[in-house]
Amino acid sequence: MTLRDLPGLTMTALQELLRSRAVSPREVITALHERIEGIEPKIGAYLSLDLQSALSAADAADVNLPLGGIPIAVKDTISVRGQPLTCASNILRNHRALYDATAVVRLKAAGAIPFGKTNMDEFAMGSSTENSSVKPTRNPWDLERVPGGSSGGSAAAVAAGAAIGSLGSDTGGSIRQPAALCGVVGLKPSYGRVSRYGLVAFASSLDQIGPLTKSVQDAALLLQVTAGVDPQDSTSLDEPVPDYLSRLESDLHGVRIGLPKEYFRAGIDPEVKAALATAGAHFESLGAELVEVSLPHTDYAIDAYYIIATAEASANLARFDGVRYGSRAENPANLLDHYGRTREQGFGPEVKRRIILGTYVLSSGYYDAFYLRAQKVRTLIRRDFARVFENVDALISPTTPEPAFKIGERSADPLRMYLADIFTNAANLAGICGISIPCGFAENASAKPLPIGLQILCPALGETRLLQIAHAYEQATDWHRRRPTLTS
Amino acid sequence: MAASDLDVAYVAELARLKLTGEETALFQRQLAQVLAHAAKLQELNLEGVEPAAHAVPATNVFRADEPRLSLTQEEALRNAPRAVNDLFLVTKVLE
Repeated sequence: MTLRDLPGLTMTALQELLRSRAVSPREVITALHERIEGIEPKIGAYLSLDLQSALSAADAADVNLPLGGIPIAVKDTISVRGQPLTCASNILRNHRALYDATAVVRLKAAGAIPFGKTNMDEFAMGSSTENSSVKPTRNPWDLERVPGGSSGGSAAAVAAGAAIGSLGSDTGGSIRQPAALCGVVGLKPSYGRVSRYGLVAFASSLDQIGPLTKSVQDAALLLQVTAGVDPQDSTSLDEPVPDYLSRLESDLHGVRIGLPKEYFRAGIDPEVKAALATAGAHFESLGAELVEVSLPHTDYAIDAYYIIATAEASANLARFDGVRYGSRAENPANLLDHYGRTREQGFGPEVKRRIILGTYVLSSGYYDAFYLRAQKVRTLIRRDFARVFENVDALISPTTPEPAFKIGERSADPLRMYLADIFTNAANLAGICGISIPCGFAENASAKPLPIGLQILCPALGETRLLQIAHAYEQATDWHRRRPTLTS
Repeated sequence: MAASDLDVAYVAELARLKLTGEETALFQRQLAQVLAHAAKLQELNLEGVEPAAHAVPATNVFRADEPRLSLTQEEALRNAPRAVNDLFLVTKVLE
């Protein structure tokens, strides 16, 4: 073990070294900074990095706290006081956060050191991180390919050993999908499990903050610290936070795992399909029982999702009016010109597209046909999940139909890009929890192996069981130990 | 509802978003495809189905009506695009 190896470690491995005083928090930050500097030109995972404040925090760190001295990269849609908060958007390019998000307050209280704000699709709208107004992020497994999105910077940094662990946000798959494409663990907690205070709102009824990490245990550790009711977020759930960590080890005998037949139909890459079949067999060998189940409204989820998410986004993004924060167009002729040009110059194409779609589905004459209808479909999707969870403990599926696609391949075709989220967005509509963990590699899609993600879904507030199942699988396999070969 | 009903130029006005002619045409075409895909939702019989605005039943949460710390004036103005005399400078609203 040399200092150069530190950035590749899991949070738990690093925690041990810190507590035994084998390394100091300052050495960790320094080694991580060197690694980032070395590979950032290839990956482009970060939007900002404040070495000085991280070093000061390191010098004051108490390594006996739950996350004492552990640096955590934070998606640039989550507020860290004093740091840039740009959402990878031009309209916020000079914005600095005035307060900490509740998740960040809790990270800091647990001794963690927020270090680095990660790249993302602008305002978290996208599935490839190509919609960042600053730069694309590249997939560490194949630099010609996307890392997924919208938390692509967080996923790529963790995969490349340029972050110990990270926080992202998931509105329709934005944690799980990039985690799958980069071969890391990505957890979307149940709606309301983690406070959204300080998370820049995209679609308020769907957004959740969650971890991207190198192991299930690390995800549990980050959830443990960030979960819980918060008076600043009225949608945070006033439910006790179980001890996820001490309950991580569990026997899968008697656990019933559902395979939703609608998730295994045509359109799935053959290597993804094969990896899922192998994973299913693995679960059986661990004692779980596999059951085919049906979620009959699956095919409607993507349409309901894009209507609801864009409707909420169009309302949430109305706050960017160039008055109290954000950039403003020069020399406006009048107020309408001020708004129109401020937003024209401030937003990128995907954000504009979604504002248009969201405004349309909420507008007079179309509200009933689109928005209200989508909300009713949401009820049906919730019922689908409620019904299957009466008979099974969890569901498994591919996280994405295909491994990482090439940069530029889908950017001209929004509909095709939206379909990248087809297996993930129902969980957001239903408010349940989900995780993506590595379950194999596609060898034929590219000259380089591309990670494949296994999605596990559990009912709302079922994180204990979710993490147990994911951990049991991870312990029995070593996909999560493989790392891309990247030299700085 | 026919997807061709979408008039991007009109909706952009509602959204206070200026678009170039090129963007308007592009979005018109791309969003027509998205809406054509979403036409699938019209297939479903949704009679008697309650809409779900939230994933979990949400209730109003009230806090005690007591003053508490908030941003200082200096902080509140720190990210403003334009500020004068400790106030936000806005574009003229009245002629």
